[in-house]
Amino acid sequence: MSLLGEDIMTEEGEFVINIGPQHPSTHGVLHLKVWLDGEMIKKVQPHLGYIHRSIEKMSESLSYRNFIYATSRMDYLSAHINNQACALCVEKGLQVEVPPRAQIIRILMAELTRLSSHQLWWGCTGLDLGAVTPFFYAFREREAVLAIMEESCGARLTQNYCVPGGVMYDIHPNFQNRVKDVIKQIKSKFQEYDDILSGNVIFEQRTKGVGYLSPEDAVSFGCTGPTARGSGVSCDVRKWFPYDGYEKVQFKEILETGGDCYARYMVRMAEMKQSVYIIEQLIDHIPEGDFQAKTKAVIKLPKGEFYQRVETARGELGVYIVSDGAASPYRIKYRSPNFSNLSALGHMATGSKIGDLVAIMATIDLVIPDVDR
Amino acid sequence: MAETEKMIFPAQLHQTADGGIVVSKLDEMINWARSNSLWPLVFGTSCCAIEMMSAADAKYDWSRFGFEVARATPRQADLIIVAGTIVMKMAPVLKRLYDQMPDPKYVIAMGACTISGGPFFYNTYSVVKGVDHVIPVDVYIPGCPPRPEALLHAMITLQEKIKHETYFGKTKESGK
Amino acid sequence: MTNEEIKSAVTALFPTVTFDETGEFLNILIDSKDLRPLIKALRYNNEFDCDFLFCLTCIDWKTHLTMVYHLLSKKHKHAFVVKAKIADINNPEIETVSDIWQTANFHEREVYDLFGVKFLNHPDLRRIMLDEDWEGHPLRKSYVDENMISI
Repeated sequence: MSLLGEDIMTEEGEFVINIGPQHPSTHGVLHLKVWLDGEMIKKVQPHLGYIHRSIEKMSESLSYRNFIYATSRMDYLSAHINNQACALCVEKGLQVEVPPRAQIIRILMAELTRLSSHQLWWGCTGLDLGAVTPFFYAFREREAVLAIMEESCGARLTQNYCVPGGVMYDIHPNFQNRVKDVIKQIKSKFQEYDDILSGNVIFEQRTKGVGYLSPEDAVSFGCTGPTARGSGVSCDVRKWFPYDGYEKVQFKEILETGGDCYARYMVRMAEMKQSVYIIEQLIDHIPEGDFQAKTKAVIKLPKGEFYQRVETARGELGVYIVSDGAASPYRIKYRSPNFSNLSALGHMATGSKIGDLVAIMATIDLVIPDVDR
Repeated sequence: MAETEKMIFPAQLHQTADGGIVVSKLDEMINWARSNSLWPLVFGTSCCAIEMMSAADAKYDWSRFGFEVARATPRQADLIIVAGTIVMKMAPVLKRLYDQMPDPKYVIAMGACTISGGPFFYNTYSVVKGVDHVIPVDVYIPGCPPRPEALLHAMITLQEKIKHETYFGKTKESGK
Repeated sequence: MTNEEIKSAVTALFPTVTFDETGEFLNILIDSKDLRPLIKALRYNNEFDCDFLFCLTCIDWKTHLTMVYHLLSKKHKHAFVVKAKIADINNPEIETVSDIWQTANFHEREVYDLFGVKFLNHPDLRRIMLDEDWEGHPLRKSYVDENMISI
C-alpha cells in the first residue's frame, strides 16, 4: 500500500490521515486521504477503484439481453432503475413500443425501489451520525418492500426484472394488495421518521450549515439527484426527459435551497412521500395486456449511438451504447450519478471539521460500486 | 442428558447438597464460549453487504446467535465476512485486515463473487476470481446476493465447526 | 435552440466543423487540436450556455480514438454532443476541459486510466480506478490480459 506509507505530517504541519478503504462510514470501500490542520479539513482526496469490476469491458462481450444483469450490481440499491435504463436504451435502438402494462409495472417497481433505497439511506444516515435506532425503524419498512420485490421479481436486491421490450414476468396476483398494505404502513411511519431524526436538535446541529454546495458548483461538478436538488438545481430526469410514461404521472420535483446537509436530507424525506404518491395513483390503474413486447431472440442494434438517462435514487444515470451492428455492444459507458456526486465531496468538505465529513458523505448517499463500476 | 442439550451447554451437572459441581472438558467449555460470541468485522464491499445489514436488522436479528457485536477494527474481530467482490486493488487491503485480526480467526466467503468471481468471472481484468486466492476460507455461501437466512445458516455452520476444534487449533478429526 | 440554429451559430464561429445528425443528438465533429476554442464558446457564449457536462467518455475505433462530450444547457434546455477525433492512437493527447467543468476532472482521469488519453494541462492526471503500476489501458481494443478468461 504505497498510499498508506507516506508521511503523516506535511511540511506545513498538516496531518494526513487515511479514511478507508475499510471504514464503516464510507459505505463500502472508498478511500479518502484527508489533510488536517487541527480539526479543520484542508483538503480531501478520494481514491477510488477498490471495487472497480470492469463492468464496461465485460459488457462489450455480452449480448444485449445479458449485459443488463451486471447493472444490478452497480447501484444495487436502485437495481431495478439501472435495469430500466439499459432496457430503455436497447428499446430506443430497436424502436420497440413497450406495452402500457409493462410501463406502469416498471414505474411502480422503480418507485418502490426508490422508497427502499431512501429508507436504507435514512437508516444509515442515522447510524453514521450516532443514532442506532433509525436503522431498525428503516429496515422494518424496507423488508416489507423487498418482500414485494421478491414475490414478483424473484430477487430481493438484484432484481434483473426489466428486459428489452418490457418486464420478464407478469406481476404476482397478490402484488396490488400487498403494495397497498405496505404503502399504508409506510405512510403511517413518516411522522415517526420525522420525530426521531428530522426534528432532533443534535441532528439539526450536525447537519445545518454543514457541507454547503452552491447551485453553480453543483452544476459544474455534474451533481444530480437529491445532492443537486438540495442546492436548488432542478435536474429531475423524470420531469426533464420523461421516460416510460412519467409524463402522465402527477408528482412534484422537490427542491430545497439550503445547499447544506440538512437540505439534502429534507429532499430525500420529501421524495419518499412523492414516491408513495406516484404509487397510489397507479396501483389501481394497471392496464390489462401484455407485459412484454415481442423481440427477436438475438437482439442486434442498428449501427449508431444511443443514450438513455433515468433518475435513480441518487441522480441521473446515463447509459451510452455505441453499436457497430453486432449482437453485443461495441462500447458501453455508464454515466453514474455517484461518480460525479463524489467529485464534489472534496469541495464540500474543505473548511469544515473532520466530524462533518461523515455527515457530508452520508447525505450524498454514496454507493461505491456505482462510483467504480 | 440428551444429545441436543449437550450441544447447548457441554457439561454435566452433579447435584450436591449445597448447589452442584459442573464436570466438563476445558476444550468444550472454551469452544462453547467462543462459538457463541463471534464478533464479525464490519467489512462489505458491495451488494452482499446490504444483505449482511439486513441480517442485522429486526427481522433476521443475528444477535439471537451472538453475532451482533460488529467491530469496525480488525483487532477486535474474530470473523471476517467477505461480503462482495474483491478486486486486485482491494486484495492487499483484505490480506492486511486478515493479518491484523488476532487468532483464532475465521473467514466466511459471502456470495458468488467471493467464491469464484461469480458474475464477474468472464472477460474482466480486475476481479480476483475467488477470495480463497488471498485468504483461507472456512464457510462459503452461494447466491448473488445470498439471503440473510443463508448468512445465518453459514454462521451457525461456522459455530459447529468451532465446537469441534481443540483449543490449540487442531481439529478432533486430525488426531491430537 | 433547435438543431438548425445551433448548426448555423456554430458554423458562423468555426467554419471547419462538420455535423452529424443521424443519432438522437446533434453531433458536432471536430479535430482534437481545435477542441478548446469550440468548447469555450459553447460554455461561455450566452446563446449556447452549456453549463452541464453530463457525460464525458472515449471510444476506441482501432484506427483512431474519439472523445465524446455530452453537453446540456440548463437555461436553454438544449443538448448536443461534441466529438473530437484523436488521430494519433499510439500517443493520444487532447486539451483538458476540467477548468471549464469541474466534473471533467474525474471523468478525464477515468479516460486516462482506461484509454490512455493524455490530457494536457490537467491539474492532477493520475490513474483513478487501477493501481499506479498497472500496465496497459483495459478499455482499449488492443488490450491483452493473459489472466482474462474469455467465453
